[in-house]
Amino acid sequence: MTAVETGAVHAAGAEASTETGPATPARPKGTHMYVLENVTKQYAGKRTVTALKDVSLEIAAGQMVAIQGPTGGGKSTLLQMLGALDRPTSGRVRLGESDISHLPDAKLARVRAKEVGFVFQGFNLIPTLTAQENVETALEPLGVPGPERRRRAAEALAAVGLADRATHVPGELSGGQQQRVAIARALVKEPDVLLADEPTGALDEETRDEILGLLEGLWRDRGLTLVIVTHDSAVARRAERRLHIKHGTVTER
Amino acid sequence: MFFTYLRRELAGRRRQTAIIAIGMALAIALVMIVNAVSTGVRDAQAQVLQSVYGVGTDLTVTATPAAPGEGDGPQRFEFGADDGETADGSTSISQSRLTSGPGSQTFDASSLDTVQGLGGVSAAAATLALENVTFSGELPDFSAQQDGTDRVAPGDGTGEQPPQGGFDGAGGSAFDVDRVSVLGVDPAGAAVGPLSSVELADGRGLESGDTGQAVVVLDATYATSAELAVGDTIDLGGTDFEVVGTVASTSADATTASNAYIPLDLAQSISGQDGMISDLYVQADSSDRIDAVQAEIEEALPDATVSTQADLASQVSGSLSTASSLISNLGLWVSLAVLVAAFLIAILFTIQGVTRRTREFGTLKAIGWRNGRIVGQVAGESLVQGLIGGAAGLVIGLAGIWIVNLMGLTLGGSAGGITAGGPGGAAMQGADASGAMPGGMAGGPFGAAAATQTTTEVVLNAPVTVGVIAIAIGLAVLGGLAAGAIGGWRASRLRPAEALRSVA
Ligand SMILES: Nc1ncnc2c1ncn2[C@@H]1O[C@H](COP(=O)(O)OP(=O)(O)O)[C@@H](O)[C@H]1O
Ligand SMILES: [Mg+2]
Repeated sequence: MTAVETGAVHAAGAEASTETGPATPARPKGTHMYVLENVTKQYAGKRTVTALKDVSLEIAAGQMVAIQGPTGGGKSTLLQMLGALDRPTSGRVRLGESDISHLPDAKLARVRAKEVGFVFQGFNLIPTLTAQENVETALEPLGVPGPERRRRAAEALAAVGLADRATHVPGELSGGQQQRVAIARALVKEPDVLLADEPTGALDEETRDEILGLLEGLWRDRGLTLVIVTHDSAVARRAERRLHIKHGTVTER
Repeated sequence: MFFTYLRRELAGRRRQTAIIAIGMALAIALVMIVNAVSTGVRDAQAQVLQSVYGVGTDLTVTATPAAPGEGDGPQRFEFGADDGETADGSTSISQSRLTSGPGSQTFDASSLDTVQGLGGVSAAAATLALENVTFSGELPDFSAQQDGTDRVAPGDGTGEQPPQGGFDGAGGSAFDVDRVSVLGVDPAGAAVGPLSSVELADGRGLESGDTGQAVVVLDATYATSAELAVGDTIDLGGTDFEVVGTVASTSADATTASNAYIPLDLAQSISGQDGMISDLYVQADSSDRIDAVQAEIEEALPDATVSTQADLASQVSGSLSTASSLISNLGLWVSLAVLVAAFLIAILFTIQGVTRRTREFGTLKAIGWRNGRIVGQVAGESLVQGLIGGAAGLVIGLAGIWIVNLMGLTLGGSAGGITAGGPGGAAMQGADASGAMPGGMAGGPFGAAAATQTTTEVVLNAPVTVGVIAIAIGLAVLGGLAAGAIGGWRASRLRPAEALRSVA
């Protein structure tokens, strides 16, 4: 049993205000963004794999959390639970006020569309769409009308410094630029939570710092809750809180 | 977003789009061409039937043919001692006889009233099909002893046929046998029957006032070959008929059903078949009552054979029937096989495309796209690919049909002879095949069917119908939807967590 108590550490720059985004934190400070109770996730197969074992933890609103651990330890699986991508085999996952551990697929999709932004190791842009259109895909499930969708996507691209690359397709962009587009896509919906799974894993060192700086700045400016899976201790050191997952078991560092 | 994404995918994945569209296009074009050609062949069959049975004929009634050997005996020309003129001991003779050929059957004309009285019959007409055989030639002196080795050159069974009988050692003799098919028709009405599919080439047609008059309307092709024109006379069964008009077929550049058309009453009296007819042409009230009318007539006339257009179509022989069976068997199966292959290609490539885009669809799900939205996107892509294939197929198909029509393929077909009724071909085989006629002049079946079996040459015209275009569009939509449904189903089963799968 791994019960992790959240430290009362809050986003240092949550009060900062910029001209690009809302300054108000998505949740009032001090409340829990996430509460996980005895979450177990098993994958059935020839041999049942227990990816998460009885995990209980809380993540405060506006917190920046780094998750580390060996490959196959369960980092991505934990992120899936947080991101409403999948349901736990047992236990409860509470996001804000709602329990997302027992929702039907359509409701889970709705939670993902509105409240969670994802950034992936492999950028995961749609290769045939332009940067602008890739960002717009995040507003599609919210039913944002065309003109507003285009305006907001353009603003999000500007916020990551890529206003001049709006009409380029991913193949015409560098890895760092692609990840910026992906970050714009994650943030354009103004989510409560930003989840990043090894966002710098495919980038060189210089670009890595650039992307981390960007994420950190956005987290600070927008009062997001940021959960970032990373192998990189340099990245982890910049987080307010570090979790370690090994064999499905979470420990605080 | 839907259309932007759709457009970008199709443009960005040109190879897949091209392969699916080309497969669909070829299959659709093939189906269109096969369909159009088979319509063309069916039209050609209908034309052949029309030239023989007339427009609007739904059913024909004939007497059930008697078993071979029964009924008609061999025809016999009997010449009296004083026939012809005598010069150097030989006899020059010429005689024409108007009869129904061997194997043909007649039945009572009252059947016409019976049929007209039936419900569901809108029109009926009776005809008597006859054959006029003119035998002319020179006979050697009969005092010379016949030595029994008579030879006859094989005839070709059509039209004029000069069998040359020779008596060994006794000088030569030559006979001409001239056959003319003659149809006795009711001069008052030609609403149904063979004359409904002809148009006047010269002179006039038969009119109600012609009853009992020795007037004849000739087939224009026959008139030309026999060097006869309006105003001339022709000897039919010993009576001189005045040629009042010539007619040609409206449906094809073909001959009409018969060489000559005379008033029914004269046909009956000259051939000695008063009150008899050989064929009834029946038109039903509506096309869906044909089977019912057929059953009614069969009940009212138990001895008759009642044939529908479909029955008659199956009697069309020649290159037409070869083409017809080729199209309906080979063409159908080949185009079906190609179609199935094209659908499979479309489906497999769509599945492959979805598999390749696993992470893409997983990502879209991870950022909140509903399943239905992604299925719709995949289906939309497939549908448009199908439609592109359909449009290309339509163009290729129309070009193919155009080329087929440009080739101007000619198909020949003949429908079962009128006098011979059904298996008439059998009678003509004797004349065709036998090299020697037994027993002197009196013997030997003259193939009666030969003269009346009309071979119609029809130029194949594959029509572009609304149906053909509907097939192309329908198949394109169907193929697109089939691939889209299966591809969409695959996409719908992807887990959103696929987005997090590390890059391979
Ligand atoms: N879809 C799946 N089916 C079966 N096993 C899985 C699946 N996803 C992850 N696992 C297993 O769960 C464990 C944790 O995986 P993961 O969360 O991806 O680890 P990490 O991200 O820390 O490398 C591993 O043993 C992995 O093989
Ligand atoms: Mg992982």
